[in-house]
Amino acid sequence: MSSPSAHTAQHAPHGFIRKYIFSLDHKVIGLQYYFLGLFSVFLGMSLSLLMRYHMVNPNVAVSWFGKLWPTAAAGGVMTPELYLSLMTMHGTIMVFFVLTTVPQSGFGNYFLPIQIGAEDMAFPVLNMMSFWTTFLALIVMVAAFFVQGGAPLSGWTAYPPLSGAGRITGPGEGMGQNLWLVSIAIFCGASLMGAINFIATTVDLRCQGMRLMRMPLTCWTWLVTAILGLLGFAVLLAAGVLLLLDRVAGTSFFLPAGLMINDQILVSHKGGSPLLWQHLFWFFGHPEVYIAILPGMGITSQLLATFSRKPIFGYKAMVYAILSIGFLGFLVWGHHMFMSGMNPYSAMAFSVLTMAIGVPSAIKTFNWIGTLWGGKIHFDTAMLFALGFVSLFVTGGVSGIFLGQPALDLYFHDTYFVVGHFHMIMGVAAIFGMFAATFYWFPKMFGRMMNETLGKIHFYLTFIGVYAIFTPMHYLGIAGNPRRYSAFTDVEYLGKLIPVHQFMSWAAYVTATAQIIFLVNLFWSMRKGKPAPINPWHATSLEWTVPSPPPHDNFAGVHPVVHHGPYEYSVPGAVADFIMQTDPASVRSEG
Amino acid sequence: MGMPASLTHDTIHRPPPPPPPIDHGWGGGGGGSDGRGADRRASFTGLFVLLAASTMVFAAFTSAFVVRRGLSDDWASMSKPPILFVNTVVLLVSSFLLDLSRRALKAGDRSKFNLWWTAATGLGILFLLGQAVAWRQLSAAGVYMATNPSSSFFYVLTAAHAFHLLGGVSALVYVDVQALRLRLGPAKRTAIDVTAIFWHFLDGLWVYLMVLFYVWG
Repeated sequence: MSSPSAHTAQHAPHGFIRKYIFSLDHKVIGLQYYFLGLFSVFLGMSLSLLMRYHMVNPNVAVSWFGKLWPTAAAGGVMTPELYLSLMTMHGTIMVFFVLTTVPQSGFGNYFLPIQIGAEDMAFPVLNMMSFWTTFLALIVMVAAFFVQGGAPLSGWTAYPPLSGAGRITGPGEGMGQNLWLVSIAIFCGASLMGAINFIATTVDLRCQGMRLMRMPLTCWTWLVTAILGLLGFAVLLAAGVLLLLDRVAGTSFFLPAGLMINDQILVSHKGGSPLLWQHLFWFFGHPEVYIAILPGMGITSQLLATFSRKPIFGYKAMVYAILSIGFLGFLVWGHHMFMSGMNPYSAMAFSVLTMAIGVPSAIKTFNWIGTLWGGKIHFDTAMLFALGFVSLFVTGGVSGIFLGQPALDLYFHDTYFVVGHFHMIMGVAAIFGMFAATFYWFPKMFGRMMNETLGKIHFYLTFIGVYAIFTPMHYLGIAGNPRRYSAFTDVEYLGKLIPVHQFMSWAAYVTATAQIIFLVNLFWSMRKGKPAPINPWHATSLEWTVPSPPPHDNFAGVHPVVHHGPYEYSVPGAVADFIMQTDPASVRSEG
Repeated sequence: MGMPASLTHDTIHRPPPPPPPIDHGWGGGGGGSDGRGADRRASFTGLFVLLAASTMVFAAFTSAFVVRRGLSDDWASMSKPPILFVNTVVLLVSSFLLDLSRRALKAGDRSKFNLWWTAATGLGILFLLGQAVAWRQLSAAGVYMATNPSSSFFYVLTAAHAFHLLGGVSALVYVDVQALRLRLGPAKRTAIDVTAIFWHFLDGLWVYLMVLFYVWG
């Protein structure tokens, strides 16, 4: 093919089921993932509100608690075990079904093929299977609420022996924990299918002229995230199978002998190593942090350049930083285990490698600020969320430098300092990336603009809100407030910290309520929003060359040809202050 | 956004772009998703990514194996059923036949291709049956999954391998059915090559597992 020639356009199938349910179209699948994530994020957030309420009102009876959980909240007062099961499910649902799903599988599915000029993902059937497998995993996970004993209480990390020894360790550790493990195994399979698609699509389906170094940074982050998911979820799958066998087949991979659990001695197992689980889990778990955050970094880079009307500062440095974050992400899992007992030399090695991740992270932050510097910044809602991402990433990153040092981590590890840290950097930073992406790509996905006024109100409430929720946690951690406790009333020194918790709970209620503004904006704009032009942000990448929403095969049978890099803004001598990637080479000869 | 009205997307998008220079860079050199070339490349990429994932699964099992064996004092070496060696030979021969059949296809000899491919498929199924016999013999000897960590790992690793092999056998049968129904067009060559490479991988994986069982198990 030597020119952008017109081929026969492919049309979407007509039936409702094949068009919207079992669709092979990456755009429909991307939206399916997005809405699965939207459901999950509100479910996860509701659980966190219940937790925040219980922490500051541990003895207040709430009648509908009693109706929802007749055993675990008899009389309307939550048991500590119920609190732990809410915590487990909050973490699991948020990490797997929101942070892993939306930035990569949602937005990545929708926009990776368009941004690299492909008609679809490399393996559409696999793509569809990947979504429905994820859906099944979510069903199985949520089912854990409804079985005898309820949801598991071993946290999203499912540390044995608690997660391995079965029902004697508490309610939820029977069938609930089994379902949790089965769901995670199914999810691993879905992620592997997704990773295969993302990698093959990026490597082989780029259109003419779309060299690797001309890909938008979003595509780079989706690629590296797919590689991390591929390697990480494979290990989690293996570990999950072993843990499940410990529970149902009587093996002893992770369970040692002679454990005394709830006044019973564990006699059926011997010789296993709970630390082995931690190693396997965190070999997945740390890269998982980057799976959650890398796509947000890509989206932020894309937006900062677009809304500052400047090229991204140091494109190549950004690419190498993404690659080194991905690589180093696999070498630092031990920093989650300083408290688990570790040779101090190993701890030092993990600590040094952890600090080393600060280098590419700082490069990215520096380049973001460099991109903004002297730019003509447009403070649209999408841009505000991208700036919020940078802010949260820096705040969350700084506390990571404390936690990466074994001497400090020994103190902080089981305190709220850690909760504050990972919510900032992995939770809300990634969520801000998703909000930014939603506002930025909504016009392309639905052909209408979102409401800017509602968007800005939502942004400011959320931005101030999340800082109000999570900043005090660092103070609480320094003051020695342990995490995972369901109440603080019976410990004298913690009693003095309860007013801080009350403030955080109120901040959480307000911030959560503010999310209704987002929902209203999202669904209202889908139907009634102002019709969107083809390229409302005057951006350069390929998705802005096609109608909104894009046709079934993205380019209506035309094969795009790329002549420019993705961030050609304010090029001296150019007609406009941006050059589309598909603009003729003569607009500017470099690129 | 406050952009001057004249600087719209449409104004700079005319005239249509001239033919681009031929790009010999890595990827992005055309093809896109329009031709079979890209599909074939993507199939191979997908295959190798899948192999990487499978390798990671078995690497994780291996590291658990090594750690579990080294950390505890309850590891007892188990006696393995000798049929495993027969199974190994069956699997190796099936891999060899698969390559014979590919060579036959290259030489244009379709009937030989069908013969060797069918034989390889049969041996693949035979291997699975042989593994089932090995498990039966073990359980008859009182060696179950929970008997000892060595037997736990034996069952887990052989089952994980067999699970992969089920996928491989399905692919072999698919190609075989296509071949016997004379539907072996050029598009199916990719399926043949991908299946064969996957099968060789499973073959190598099995040899690795045998070494693991007999040296450390």
